[in-house]
Amino acid sequence: MNSTAITIEISDLEYAWPNQGPLLQLKSFTVAAGESLCLLGPSGTGKSTLLSLIAGVLEPQKGRLQVCGSALEALSSHQRDQLRADHIGIIFQMFNLVPYLSVLQNVLLPCRFSPRRRNRFERPESMVEDAKRLLCQLGLDAPDLLSRPVRDLSVGQQQRVAAARAMIGAPELIIADEPTSALDRDNRNRFVRLLQDEAKASGATLLFVTHDQGLASQFDRTVTLDDINHITTPTGTA
Amino acid sequence: MMETSILSLAAASLRNRLGSATLTILAVALSVTLFLGVEKSRTAMRTSFDNTISGTELIVGAPTGATNLLLHAVFHIGTPQAELSWSRYQEIAARPDIAWAAPVILGDSHRGFDVLATNQTYFDHYKFGRDRSLELASGEIMTDIFDAVVGASVAAELGYDIGTPLILSHGIESTGHAHHDDRPFRIVGILKPTGTPVDRTVHIGLEGLTAMHVGWETGSRHHLADSITTEMIRSFDLTPDSVSAVFIGLKDKTTILQTRRALNSQREEPVTAIIPGQTLTQLWRLVGTFERLLIGVSIFVIAVGMTSILTSMLSSLNERRREMSVLRAVGAGPRHILMLLVSECGLLGLIGASAGVCFTQILILVINPVLVSTVGMELAGTAPGLTDFLTVVSVSVLALIIGFWPAWTATRNSIGDGLAIKL
Repeated sequence: MNSTAITIEISDLEYAWPNQGPLLQLKSFTVAAGESLCLLGPSGTGKSTLLSLIAGVLEPQKGRLQVCGSALEALSSHQRDQLRADHIGIIFQMFNLVPYLSVLQNVLLPCRFSPRRRNRFERPESMVEDAKRLLCQLGLDAPDLLSRPVRDLSVGQQQRVAAARAMIGAPELIIADEPTSALDRDNRNRFVRLLQDEAKASGATLLFVTHDQGLASQFDRTVTLDDINHITTPTGTA
Repeated sequence: MMETSILSLAAASLRNRLGSATLTILAVALSVTLFLGVEKSRTAMRTSFDNTISGTELIVGAPTGATNLLLHAVFHIGTPQAELSWSRYQEIAARPDIAWAAPVILGDSHRGFDVLATNQTYFDHYKFGRDRSLELASGEIMTDIFDAVVGASVAAELGYDIGTPLILSHGIESTGHAHHDDRPFRIVGILKPTGTPVDRTVHIGLEGLTAMHVGWETGSRHHLADSITTEMIRSFDLTPDSVSAVFIGLKDKTTILQTRRALNSQREEPVTAIIPGQTLTQLWRLVGTFERLLIGVSIFVIAVGMTSILTSMLSSLNERRREMSVLRAVGAGPRHILMLLVSECGLLGLIGASAGVCFTQILILVINPVLVSTVGMELAGTAPGLTDFLTVVSVSVLALIIGFWPAWTATRNSIGDGLAIKL
């Protein structure tokens, strides 16, 4: 298997929340490097849980999970945290930002936890410059924006700051968990396009989760969770 | 890098919750202020207590309790049951093992300040602190019968200067009718501040005291007292009949116990001889019980301050779950969440305790002038030192330790929540 060609490879995975029935049972699921994939499914079918498993925050009861070249089941929880810090950028549905950090500090947050992403930059200044570049490309180019407290930002602006944070230091995998559901239609399409462009530009794999079928057409490939999950009566959470 | 990074996150998080963080810090600061305040005034009291008298090996008085004699002779508190006859004083002073003996007579007052009658020996040998002698700020030691030397607080509070006439009162009442206004004294000297009861004392000569009481032999003014002129008094034998106590210095300090035993075992006109240092320690032991109680209370108040850290941290955890999962998403492990919250608690403790040290110093700056003007003493040796440092360290470490409680709760939450927090 060529780990550079495949970003995510899942086989025979099973997961259940404590004291609940099985939620996920995936025989095989693969995302190629550089691919932009839309994972569709209604709320409560285990999409976010699957993302937590891929991100190494949760551990499956069974199965194998290969992410960015590492077999997660072979890693300690600390190593999984490091893998996530080094290789994965994550965007949530909302409340993405740490409230007590400025816009710039939020964008640079992953560099605090990942020497690998930090070391992509020769100097600390170029880290700031890249953060500015990303924000600028995402349409956040107001000069005073960098030092603004994040609570002054609109939801749409917050999501774009989150996107910049996910992409700082060029991680291989961007995971976006319904990042557009708090946005109106125009902003939604624009946000997805920006995300696509940025991911393509840095060569990152994009795993985009949504319940909104209207967005599916913008991605290389669309997968419905129900098609790959063998548990049909979900009991868990979104 | 990571550790400093977590610390800066903790600081930013506290800044963001400035209102509640300030209140918590204030609670810790006030509890530390109380603790340090009690501790410092205790130490300072102890020091000034111990510094009241030095260089005096023995104090001899009429038979009474050791602490009574000390309180009366040195602190001018209470009145003795009996006095020591002049002849007994002369016998003691003539002992070969005694280097000097200074008689003192107490009992009169001037506007609330004690009057102490003594002689030159007292000024030569009375020492306080680390062998510091009494020094004049201005003027000279009394030479005439009606001369007086006043302590620093007497002069400062009553606005007295060299040459001011003094009317002394019979007994300790400051507003009574029994004034010795027929025999005014004159201030010839003012002593430098000592931080001891000397500052609040009016010193006169032994002869002066006797002269003042001519016509008062029964305890009140005789109807013929006014007929005795000052010139007549000067011609009298003004040697007092008795003294309140005798301060004694020995030729050889190693004979102190023998000398005391010899004095205490005298059958004829028995006396009490005490070693001031020893009796001070005994006296302090009495005060010590109360002092330990105060320390105990202030330690409890520190515990209350610590609890306020715990309360504010635990109550913020629920609203911070989202923040924790964002941190987890960017690569923070449970270890980092733990460290973040523990360092927030530690910072609250550190800032609170440091503020407490500052508050204490400000409080001392405010209180000292008041103390000087009321009791003639100030809290000495209260500059920030080892005690303050150890208090700050202990409070910070304690805050770090209790920080593990909220930190553990948050860590467990964040592991359970994963990235999919239920809002």
